[in-house]
Amino acid sequence: MKRTLIASGILMMLGTSAHAADDLQTIRNEIEQMKASYEARIQSLEARLAKAEAATRQADAKAVQADAKAQQANTKAEQASEVAAVAAQPAPSRENAFNPAISLILAGTATHSSLSPSTYKIGGFIPSGGEVAPNARGFSLGESELAISANVDPDYRGNFVLAMAPDNTVGIENAFIQTLGLGHGLTASAGRFYSGIGYLNSIHAHAWDFTDAPLVYKSFLGNQYADDGVQVTWLAPTESLLVELGAEIGSGRSFPATARDKNGSVAGALYAHVGGDYDESNSWRAGVSFLGAGPQNRNYADTDASGVATSNDFSGKSQTWIGDFVWKWAPYGNATVHSFKLQGEYMRRNETGDLTCTGGACSGVPGAYQSTQSGWYLQGVYQFMPHWRVGLRHDRLDSGSIEFGAGLNPADFPILAAYNPSRNTVMFDYSPSEFSRFRVQYARDESRPAESDNQFALQYIMSLGAHGAHTF
Amino acid sequence: MKMKLLFALLSVAVTLPAHAALNVLACEPEWGALAQELGGDKVKVANATTALQDPHRIEARPSLIARARNAELLVCTGAELEIGWLPILLRESGNSAIQPGQPGNFEATRYVPLLEKPQRLDRSEGDVHAAGNPHIQTDPRNIALVADALSKTLATVDAANAAYYQARYAEFKTRWTAAIGRWEAQAAPLKGTAIVVQHKAYPYLENWLGLKEVAALEPKPGVEPSVASLTAVLTKLKVTPAKMVIRSAYNDSRASEWLAQRAGIPAVELPFTVGGTPEASDLYGLYGDTVNRLLKATKP
Repeated sequence: MKRTLIASGILMMLGTSAHAADDLQTIRNEIEQMKASYEARIQSLEARLAKAEAATRQADAKAVQADAKAQQANTKAEQASEVAAVAAQPAPSRENAFNPAISLILAGTATHSSLSPSTYKIGGFIPSGGEVAPNARGFSLGESELAISANVDPDYRGNFVLAMAPDNTVGIENAFIQTLGLGHGLTASAGRFYSGIGYLNSIHAHAWDFTDAPLVYKSFLGNQYADDGVQVTWLAPTESLLVELGAEIGSGRSFPATARDKNGSVAGALYAHVGGDYDESNSWRAGVSFLGAGPQNRNYADTDASGVATSNDFSGKSQTWIGDFVWKWAPYGNATVHSFKLQGEYMRRNETGDLTCTGGACSGVPGAYQSTQSGWYLQGVYQFMPHWRVGLRHDRLDSGSIEFGAGLNPADFPILAAYNPSRNTVMFDYSPSEFSRFRVQYARDESRPAESDNQFALQYIMSLGAHGAHTF
Repeated sequence: MKMKLLFALLSVAVTLPAHAALNVLACEPEWGALAQELGGDKVKVANATTALQDPHRIEARPSLIARARNAELLVCTGAELEIGWLPILLRESGNSAIQPGQPGNFEATRYVPLLEKPQRLDRSEGDVHAAGNPHIQTDPRNIALVADALSKTLATVDAANAAYYQARYAEFKTRWTAAIGRWEAQAAPLKGTAIVVQHKAYPYLENWLGLKEVAALEPKPGVEPSVASLTAVLTKLKVTPAKMVIRSAYNDSRASEWLAQRAGIPAVELPFTVGGTPEASDLYGLYGDTVNRLLKATKP
């Protein structure tokens, strides 16, 4: 088509200049030649065009491939950068980013007891002076516990626990620093901490399985033994059997010790714990502990033989031995549905020294005092379905032998009259989540020599804030 | 006497021969299996938990403290999965090599993009993890990412055998890539399958195989299903039906069986980690069996 047009165009141009008939043939020939030449050129052009088109198509294909490769590279780069981002975890720039972990325990109790907690005493034993009496009757707030902890730097960790009592007094329960991996299984702590003796002693009250401490803890350790001092523990390099040795020295600020105006340590403890797995479902821990103290003027109130109020002081040497064990069972180690925990502790105390009394008939007569007393408890807690547990505990104390020196009349120390206190407790608790627990507990408490006390308690314990981690 | 005993014990500790193999403590069995794959006979692996235990609820048992004391490398999931027990192990171990920040403290979730980062951090949302969902081991592609990082960590912690670990990783990578291809081909029919899960433990598996989670039995993460929450799921299934209900080996079976019966769909127990089912005896078995069990449940 194009070709005819071009040809006719040329023909027209040539036609206007055609003047001789004889030239006509020449012109025709020329036209034929031109036609041929144009056709050849056009053909060559067409060929070139086709070639160019093919080349473009190839180039396109290559470009598409290149695109795909680029995309792949991009996704790979994205993946890589994502991974890098995750690995790097961009540091938060907030000022509070380094705030320590804070948690708060809220607890409250409603108690019904047949005897007033104000008359509470453990017959046959020197009162420990701790908060050992049952909760106040009626509604009462438990201890609110504020815990703050964090790593100080790569080498140390700090822990601070403030206990706010319902009477609006504040006490420092724990405040200690601890090394983070000295290596060789060694850990050192300094400050105020719960001693590692026994099993229950180092566990905070909100994690106990009953609302109150066993009688042995009340009478031998003033509820829980916490001292200001230093502690060193060492783990043996055993494969799966735990062998832990611990030593502590401190100020002796709590019963059975007393703080003294003296350089160096007043009380010290040594303990060893051994534990392991019997099989996948059963694990255990057992221990032996020794607590030695030199109390001076450890005071308690009593009445003399004729009922006159007296103030008594013990000075001398106090040695306590503790044997403890705990065994836990859960099918295949999964405690979600069923679990069982059996724990027991035995304590034995020797005290040798002087007992003096002021205020009554015995006033001003110093006399020797020597006692060997013991006690134990055994408790089992069974989780029978998720969230629900039931527990039983039996407590028994033996006032043992008490020897008074020549000057002292045992009748002037009525609280130390031979008696074997006991208590049976049953509890039932429901924990909707890891952070909340409701408990109902009944105890028949025969701590007082004359009468037994029926104690009912309803309790809630909730923890908010940082997720706590509990020991075995 | 006591002192003598102490010194005797101390001297035993000091004269113990240098370990022939690197002591690795894995928080969960999948990391134990991976460390074994990459470490071969140069590592001695102990697992802190089994597939039948809920990794959220482990106790800091004495045996675990003893193992943490001797571990030269700790391989854990991280993202707060072990928050209830691992801090105690670290604190009581007296072992500086595995403390956070040390090369011997390896957290797998640091090397994987996490899903389900919570919009709201509040305990009223249940047991949520601030960093995101920590159950990364249900997607084998995540294992590949972690394997890369773990092989490098092994080479750092035990530099003498660095070449050995690199070689094992290269070999593992080839085999693993091939295995992923196989599983993906096998699992192709699963794409788009609607499922119900017991715990929100499977977002990575869903992401991998293109499963569609329509409901979870736990009303909130970590909160046991109640009859009320199960009934709500049952009602939801009438509108958006699902093909199966999935639980992990450690889960109590009652909730999923309850729903399965009433909704007329199969309840599928997945291994969740190595050792969860007899077939899931290693990492390859874990995914092979997971895919098999899912496929079996879709067949009428």
